[in-house]
Amino acid sequence: MEKKDIKGYVHSLESFGSVDGPGVRYVIFLSGCGMRCQFCHNPDTWKMGQGQEYTPAELLKKALRYKNYWGEKGGITVSGGEPLLQIDFLTEFFRLAKEAGVHTALDTSANPYTEKEPFYSKWQELMKYTDLVLLDIKQIDEEEHVKLTGCTNQNILAMAEKLSEMDKPVWIRHVLVPGGSDKDEYLHRLADFIHTLKNVERVEVLPYHTLGTFKWEKLGIPYPLEGVKPPTEERIRNAREILGAK
Amino acid sequence: MKDFTQWEGFNGKRWKEKIDVRNFIKMNYTPYDGDASFLEGPTEATDKLWGKLQELQKEERAKGGVLDMETEVVTSLTAYGPGYIDEEMKDLETVVGLQTDKPLKRAFMPYGGIKMAEKACETYGYKVSDKIKDIFNNYEFKTHNQGVFDIYTPEMKVARHNKILTGLPDTYGRGRIVGDYRRVALYGIDALIEGKKKDFAASDRQGMRRYDFQLREEIADQIRALEGMKAMAQTYGFDISQPAKDAREAFQWLYFGYLAAIKTQNGAAMSVGRISTFLDIYIERDLKNGTLTEKEAQELVDHMVMKFRMVKFARIPSYNQLFSGDPVWATLEVAGMGIDGRHMVTKNDFRFLHTLEDMGPAPEPNLTVLYSSRLPENFKKYAANISITTSSIQYENDDVMRPVWGDDYSICCCVSATETGKEIQFFGARANLAKCLLYAINGGVDEKTKQQVGPEYQPITSEYLDYDEVVKKYDQMMDWLAHLYVGTLNMIHYMHDKYYYEAAEMALIDTKVDRSFATGIAGFSHVVDSLSAIKYAKVKAIRDEDGITTDFEVEGDFPRYGNDDDRADEIATNLLSTFLGKLKHIHTYRDSKPTTSILTITSNVVYGKATGSLPDGRKAGEPLAPGANPSYGAEQNGLLASLNSVAKLDYEDALDGISNTQTINPDALGHNDGERTDNLVHVLDGYFDQGAHHLNVNVFGKEKLIDAMEHPEKEEYANFTIRVSGYAVKFIDLTREQQMDVIARTCHAEM
Repeated sequence: MEKKDIKGYVHSLESFGSVDGPGVRYVIFLSGCGMRCQFCHNPDTWKMGQGQEYTPAELLKKALRYKNYWGEKGGITVSGGEPLLQIDFLTEFFRLAKEAGVHTALDTSANPYTEKEPFYSKWQELMKYTDLVLLDIKQIDEEEHVKLTGCTNQNILAMAEKLSEMDKPVWIRHVLVPGGSDKDEYLHRLADFIHTLKNVERVEVLPYHTLGTFKWEKLGIPYPLEGVKPPTEERIRNAREILGAK
Repeated sequence: MKDFTQWEGFNGKRWKEKIDVRNFIKMNYTPYDGDASFLEGPTEATDKLWGKLQELQKEERAKGGVLDMETEVVTSLTAYGPGYIDEEMKDLETVVGLQTDKPLKRAFMPYGGIKMAEKACETYGYKVSDKIKDIFNNYEFKTHNQGVFDIYTPEMKVARHNKILTGLPDTYGRGRIVGDYRRVALYGIDALIEGKKKDFAASDRQGMRRYDFQLREEIADQIRALEGMKAMAQTYGFDISQPAKDAREAFQWLYFGYLAAIKTQNGAAMSVGRISTFLDIYIERDLKNGTLTEKEAQELVDHMVMKFRMVKFARIPSYNQLFSGDPVWATLEVAGMGIDGRHMVTKNDFRFLHTLEDMGPAPEPNLTVLYSSRLPENFKKYAANISITTSSIQYENDDVMRPVWGDDYSICCCVSATETGKEIQFFGARANLAKCLLYAINGGVDEKTKQQVGPEYQPITSEYLDYDEVVKKYDQMMDWLAHLYVGTLNMIHYMHDKYYYEAAEMALIDTKVDRSFATGIAGFSHVVDSLSAIKYAKVKAIRDEDGITTDFEVEGDFPRYGNDDDRADEIATNLLSTFLGKLKHIHTYRDSKPTTSILTITSNVVYGKATGSLPDGRKAGEPLAPGANPSYGAEQNGLLASLNSVAKLDYEDALDGISNTQTINPDALGHNDGERTDNLVHVLDGYFDQGAHHLNVNVFGKEKLIDAMEHPEKEEYANFTIRVSGYAVKFIDLTREQQMDVIARTCHAEM
């Protein structure tokens, strides 16, 4: 199959994103995710191969309808789901976007990252067309990470280090979950890790919220964080301070 | 004209030779590119007066919405003695003048219709004096309302009763006429009288006929009104026969001009117009001469705005349902670009927006930014920031209006432009195109009352609706509606001119005046989505025992207006141009130029109540989407996709305005104030650069609305202002039904 014919599976589109990267952004949510984060607010994006199909060119054409609004800083953010699961599509899409002079941001959990082939070469190719990576680090502690997401964090941290090595601009995003990640010990360890990176432009603390719980219900999946309340203002401030977040 | 000493220091010649305020502005204004750091806070006097006024407003609300009403004396320029916010503090007021002798007291204005004026009084527990009733009921005085109902055809009355024509200005003043109040300050009344006398003499010609008599009578009335303005100012101790000599006088003179309008007319919209840049010229001259400080300049602006916040009219309950929250549309513009390429932002534009900080948010005056992406960045950011903190301003695209109306137009109601001092508008309320679609399906029978309202065309009888058949029948029904609508409005405006002529406003407008004929559309998005459903999905008609289609079942998906999807949006642009095309074919009163609008104020709730179920899935009685907004729940791709859909509507097809109201959750606008401001500026630039016409911007979350609805008594909500279709209201002044509607439509938040 030729690159231009690769189909991407899109869960949904948001024409006005302003908190997923700099400026006003067109946010594309791709379908499919391998993680099973207990706090996920978009469990409806987990399944692979679902949603509307687009070729890279079709999707870009749609996105460019919003170029007027982007100014100097704005652009396109691809989120999910986990966009790296559709890396071939994503790379071609970002390549075309860069050709059109658009700022590209990748919002990823890095879960599919590996330095094994064939993924690694593909990933390096993708990075050529990626201006900014919004990298979720959900929990610095390996054991806790597995509990919270069902997956290891070793490859995630490895990708963070690789991006630092490449000097690729990164925003670190951390979801603050009471009882999950919101403990001073973990926050300090995460801060220490972030300090080893030289490419971090911004750290964002995203307070856990319950706005997505209805989706679990709708999908008939038991919600593992039943009863967990969003963190208090004070805990949010605390986390932001420790992590040096905006 | 003689060269007045009051004009010393002003440049230019043309405006001295004939009345030409625009030329005066062009020759003398100082564009300002700086930021807001020069602004001053409120003076002690401002705080005191505004404090008093807030007390009065609280009292007004406690008394059910009306503080006091006049029942003995019919309003006129000099009917009531001078009034002040507070007798004991009257020396603190740098701009004086009230509609009646007491603050927030509503004048008795019977000329629109005596029955309505009586009813308005009775609603709030007042009784009109028997003497006045006698005079009006003995037909010594005839009102506009009586005139119209004397000549309406039975068909018009039925259409009106069934609300396919709705909100018609046949029971109240039509409004939407903006006098060029600046003329009072620049020229003084005597020079204006002199000008009108010349026009009067020039109107004398061979073989004069009815229209000449009408014009001569109108000019005579205008001259009388000008004399009345002088007498009115006299009661406050001012002689306004000569030009204003400084900023203080310019503010006062100009305000007297406006006061004359609101003392004599109770139009639905009583706009102030484009006064900011004009007044800045006087302030700049005084600042340069060292006779005024920035603090004092801001005080003048604050005090004038305080007056605009006090304008009141006595209304009847059915009027309040249409135009909720006691609005008067004291619309006032800032910014805009000049035809010469210079932007027209002055320091005064900052000062007027700053009143929302000095005295907190408020619905009036209806502050309107004439927007262009080429305005100075500093100003754009300041305005966006004020939007974020107060939700009290609206934006209109100067780049699409300037080519049509020039660079000295005023907004004459919520969103419609007219060239200042040269043009007026005949306000025409709305035709309900959603109901018209149901008439097309039901052969002219009203789906609610079962009355034969429209022509008895063949109804659609098939089980599933066929797109081509529906479109053909809809086109025929729109032909009927357009004819009836224009005919009705012609009668209304004829009678309004005859019995309720706006002499004071017209005295400040050129005698040779252009007129536009402003019709309007209600139910726009629902018609678009309904036609789209019929075209792209399967729509089954559900009929009652009389064979009237009263509901629909839709099978399958269809594109909806509000998603930047051309399939639906093309239906929208076609619908608009089709309806306008029909209006243009019909003779209009006084050769006025037909235009249309897609704006519904808060009347979308009332209109919705009278409209049956529609093929787009909206059920009978539910509110229609306001203005040109996509229908509730239709937008699936976020704010900008919705804006892109609305931006496709051609302003040339709706010169009276395309109103769009959007609410953005602050968290969805950016992480912090700086980002939010930048992002909002990008949204405005992107939207208006595509040729869109209007945007109301609200920035708050749904939670705040719900809390305000449940706890209106909380101090923080006393002045909580939101933008609704074309104007701003205090949220707590809306009916609960309308509050629920606003909450349902809110808002664009990203998950």
